[in-house]
Amino acid sequence: MTVEQRARSLSVHLILIAYSVLAIGPILLVVMNSFKVRSAIFGAPLVPPGASTFSLVGYEKVLRASHMLTYYSNSLIVTLVSMALVLLFGAMAAWALTEYRFRGSTALALFLSIGIMVPIRLGSVAILSMMRSAGLNDTLAALILVYVAQGLPMSIFILSEFIQQIPSDLRDAARCDGVPETRIFLEVVAPLLRPAIATVAVFTIVPIWNDLWFPLILTSSDSTHTVTLGVQQFLGQYITDWNSVLAALSMAILPVVVIYVILSRQLIAGLTSGAVK
Amino acid sequence: MANLRIEHLNKRYGATTVLNDINLGIENGEFVVLVGPSGCGKSTLLRMIAGLDGASSGDIHIAGKLVNTLTPAARGIAMVFQSYALYPHMNVRKNMTFGLKFTGVAPAERERRVAEAARMLRLEELLDRYPRDLSGGQRQRVAIGRAIVREPAVFLFDEPLSNLDAALRISTRVEIANLHRMLKATIVYVTHDQVEAMTLADRIVVMNKGRIEQVGKPLDLYYSPANLFVAGFIGSPAMNFLEAKVESVVDGCARVAGTGFRSLDLPVASLKVGDALTLGVRPEHLARGADGPFATEGVVELVERLGEASFAYLRRADGRMFVAEVRGRQTPTPGERVTLVAAAPDLHVFDASGLRVAMQID
Repeated sequence: MTVEQRARSLSVHLILIAYSVLAIGPILLVVMNSFKVRSAIFGAPLVPPGASTFSLVGYEKVLRASHMLTYYSNSLIVTLVSMALVLLFGAMAAWALTEYRFRGSTALALFLSIGIMVPIRLGSVAILSMMRSAGLNDTLAALILVYVAQGLPMSIFILSEFIQQIPSDLRDAARCDGVPETRIFLEVVAPLLRPAIATVAVFTIVPIWNDLWFPLILTSSDSTHTVTLGVQQFLGQYITDWNSVLAALSMAILPVVVIYVILSRQLIAGLTSGAVK
Repeated sequence: MANLRIEHLNKRYGATTVLNDINLGIENGEFVVLVGPSGCGKSTLLRMIAGLDGASSGDIHIAGKLVNTLTPAARGIAMVFQSYALYPHMNVRKNMTFGLKFTGVAPAERERRVAEAARMLRLEELLDRYPRDLSGGQRQRVAIGRAIVREPAVFLFDEPLSNLDAALRISTRVEIANLHRMLKATIVYVTHDQVEAMTLADRIVVMNKGRIEQVGKPLDLYYSPANLFVAGFIGSPAMNFLEAKVESVVDGCARVAGTGFRSLDLPVASLKVGDALTLGVRPEHLARGADGPFATEGVVELVERLGEASFAYLRRADGRMFVAEVRGRQTPTPGERVTLVAAAPDLHVFDASGLRVAMQID
């Protein structure tokens, strides 16, 4: 390596390190302080918990005194069911739109791409009244429906790109082999879409898990609240229970991190495929 | 195994005609090669036989049954693709059995067929490997194996050797020929390589611009091409062509003259004085000499040495290039003036519309 190359690689790494600190710092701060007593949170926020400052009071309060576990399972149900539906319907729609030419297929693809351009929150009022008249207000189903609608356009867009990259000979070979169309999709195309599916999964999960807006307007009872909404109850107008807030936030971060770690290898393959072949 | 009959088959995309009134009969057990320049419609024709592309009009019969509306599997065909098209996430065994699951073949029977195909294609050691771990030649054998286990009525090959290197191409070619001998299968094989066509085919179908130019046995195409296109397409380097005119006709013998060669008499009765002709002569039928029925001369510009023969590229007085094959160690040197001669039976005569004119030679 020449000096110039070394300098360039060093500067690239410095930038990446700085960005990593910026991204991981707040998470670390939240998790670290969630294990400290209240005085230590404010007295020395940047110091890790020590023997004298360590405390689990936040977690105890969150788990015992609130409906946090219900919120947690609500969030998991909503996120995972939405993700599964987005992936299933997204892949099916992408397959249909790329593989079959039918009357109106281009119009349909354009219609679906509008969903990428127009934020779904613009329709909040309409969604609220629709859910109410459908008798779905204050149910998890309402949230799932909204999130599926929110996630589908992007997932169809990404998956279509990937499906186009699968050589058409492969589908033709399967057809010559006598494989039915549904099985071609499920057993030939879908396995080859794994990296794309991981990418779409991450892009779908994170905004759903983090969303505050739709749980706020569509759910009203404790039994349907999600984690993001649950955290709000510790933030008071006059007093904020920081131990509980930080503990709840730490718990909220955890699943996303776990899912990301599981999918990251596939995700990277998905993001770079096509560029590196 | 089955015969195949194609009647008045057309394929149009909007205003463009890809295939124009194709009529072709293929016998049971015959090895037919579709050959032609790229874009001539040969792959489209194969895909239409397979049922992957629909016809604009016309009929396809396999084993006497009209298959126009049948799916590829129901037609009883198996296709081998240029890109092999192996399922990347399945091992060799799974690649071969995957399709059989859906066509109602019992598991024991599947195993038997795979074992037999594997033995025939020397794939026994590779059955548990994945396509990514195989070489190009091995992948091609798996693709052929996947076709064999289906026990189809007709095998379709779409340029199966194009992705292989030269040495492997020759050995796989021999393997395919052996396979045909063993299976006695009806095979339709698409290639743009005329050597593959000549070596493998019982009959060759030469296609150009969506039409069939000629159907015939390899040597028939070589020795009596039906028209200028086939004459120029079969043979490498391509046949030399000269413009000529009929000067006089005496006793069923036409005196033909043109620039760059001596006037000669051709035993053709059907010509009239003033008819425009094209004369063709293959490079391998030209020899250095002083005089012959056909003689032309030129200056050697370039010599390609292949070992067993050399190709001399000559520029004649009229500025046209002429190629001659020279056998032996004595190759002409560039700049040398050479006279080339050919025997009358080795000349090909085409009329103004490019069709072959038969000569009366015993």
